[in-house]
Amino acid sequence: MSKNEQIQQEQPAEWTPTKLTLSRRMGKDFRINWQLYVMFLFPVIYYIIFRYIPMFGNILAFRKYYAGGNIFGEGPLTLKYFKQFISAKPFWDAFKNTLILNGLYLVFRFPLTLIFALLLNEIRNLHWKKFVQTVSYLPHFISMVIVCGMIKELLSTSGPVNDIIQQLGGEKINFIALAEWFRTIFVASGVWQSLGWGTILYLAAMSGINPSLYEAATVDGANHFQQVLHVTIPCILPTIATLLILDIGGLVGSGGAFEKVYLLYSPLTYETSDIVSTYVFRMGIESGSINFATAVGLFEGLINLVLLTAANFVSRKVANTSLW
Amino acid sequence: MSDITNTAPELRKEIHIHNPKNKIKESAAYKTFTACNFILMAIISLVTLFPFLYLIVQSFTSDHAIIAGELSIQSFIDGKLTFEDFSINTYIYVITRNNHEFLRYYGNTILYTIIGTVLSLFFSSILAYPLSKPKLKVNKILSPFIIFTMYFGGGLMANYVLMLKLGLKNSMWGFILPMLISTYYVILMRSFFMSIPKDLEEAGEIDGLNKFGVFWHIARPLSTPIIATMTLFYAVMYWNNWFNAKLYLQDKAKWPVAYFLQTIIRGAGASDPDAQNMSANIKSCAMVLTVLPIICIYPFIQKYYVQGMMLGGVKE
Repeated sequence: MSKNEQIQQEQPAEWTPTKLTLSRRMGKDFRINWQLYVMFLFPVIYYIIFRYIPMFGNILAFRKYYAGGNIFGEGPLTLKYFKQFISAKPFWDAFKNTLILNGLYLVFRFPLTLIFALLLNEIRNLHWKKFVQTVSYLPHFISMVIVCGMIKELLSTSGPVNDIIQQLGGEKINFIALAEWFRTIFVASGVWQSLGWGTILYLAAMSGINPSLYEAATVDGANHFQQVLHVTIPCILPTIATLLILDIGGLVGSGGAFEKVYLLYSPLTYETSDIVSTYVFRMGIESGSINFATAVGLFEGLINLVLLTAANFVSRKVANTSLW
Repeated sequence: MSDITNTAPELRKEIHIHNPKNKIKESAAYKTFTACNFILMAIISLVTLFPFLYLIVQSFTSDHAIIAGELSIQSFIDGKLTFEDFSINTYIYVITRNNHEFLRYYGNTILYTIIGTVLSLFFSSILAYPLSKPKLKVNKILSPFIIFTMYFGGGLMANYVLMLKLGLKNSMWGFILPMLISTYYVILMRSFFMSIPKDLEEAGEIDGLNKFGVFWHIARPLSTPIIATMTLFYAVMYWNNWFNAKLYLQDKAKWPVAYFLQTIIRGAGASDPDAQNMSANIKSCAMVLTVLPIICIYPFIQKYYVQGMMLGGVKE
């Protein structure tokens, strides 16, 4: 930075930003900072190859791909593949399931995380609090393979859940093989895994609340519950709004859902478990319909893009914060 | 971290102590609440830990007891579940079966995690550092270029086709390269680099360091917290990944342990025929061994993770 300023001081007559063209300004920037340009050269090449080429590779939704051939497809552009999946019932079932699973997960996880954060914030014994936090963050770091392995062990017909059901005089339930149980398993395990981790941003927001607000509330005669209601919650409202809006923006995205659904579902439960990304995987990788699967994936990606952009826009307007 | 472990309630506690009137008014209700809260938190902790404990218990249960279904409440009440059912044979079996294949998968995971994490850290930081310089004019183009990839990407198929074209199938690089740079982590690192005082870097330049020198000798040593956080983020990411292996690693000798687990847990379609009928204690044992390093290291590194998340959250 200092070199930048030095050069500006040395050449005061020349340095008038309005007169310089864009290319000259960039050229000057390059001369001063060329070492920084060198630094990001390799990462930028990486982004071009591994992020942007696949992005343009989406053209496979419109052009025929031959195994081993051009990754941007060959022959004329066609809407054939879009028409195919628009009229495919399994696609719409998967689309519906994506919305239902993500929606249910949001409806349960969001308020539970907030309540858990508020309760954590009320713990006075710091050692106990630290312990609860440490334990509740743990599942976040566990591979989805392990999480799903645990789910299968716990819910197997000889597992502890069925054991308890039997002790209470009930019939054994083969949870994993039953379509009507899939949503419950998906949401419950999701809450189990993310409850603690989701509180971090709330706790950070709560620790930033000015203590004098609580003092003032106490002087005004507010009891503990009233303090939470009238001080804590209003103070973290921007955080709540941001997280909620961004979660809504991610409703169509498959994000972490793919791994869990893929590891837990089976043809027996497709009717409630199959989501768009698992459908893409089955059609594209397992059945080899590359073009068809690209079209489905592109459709999902575009809806996701629109929703995320909209959510980010709303978040910026409402809470004056955005994801980036 | 000390920030999050809450200054606010501590201060509130003092307020209550110094305000006897208030204390008397809400003490009964408040004590009840505190007790309930304690019980609830204990239950949540227990429910969180239960699956792990169950896996561990199951993995140490002998084949005989598993087949007889003795790992149940009824057997426990009847006194059938005894110390004789404890066995470490499952561990020996898992490690030695099929010519020590488990150790090979485990070794692959360690190798991929180390190589991947080192490369990821290097490439992420040399991207994040220039991005953190607001005066760098090219950032007006570079930032949107990087950030746009968070909104929209190639999708599964286009990536898959590209990887085949690049000949990365059945290579370690097929596993590592797709996740080499995480845009989200780059943004977190950039936020941290932005918080480094300008004066220090300028002092370095005056002392004759070039921009590389400033990055390496000034910015990097000041960034230990974020580098620690990122090391852990990336290491966990590589350790846990199985999907890239499923897509690109057909050769069993190159499998990471997470993918091996996937094949035995998913059962159907497992390339290993006896994996389909593998008994529960063997699966548990493999899972315990895989998750063990994370559980052991995790309590010590937790504060870094939290810092990293806070960083992202605060800058949001």
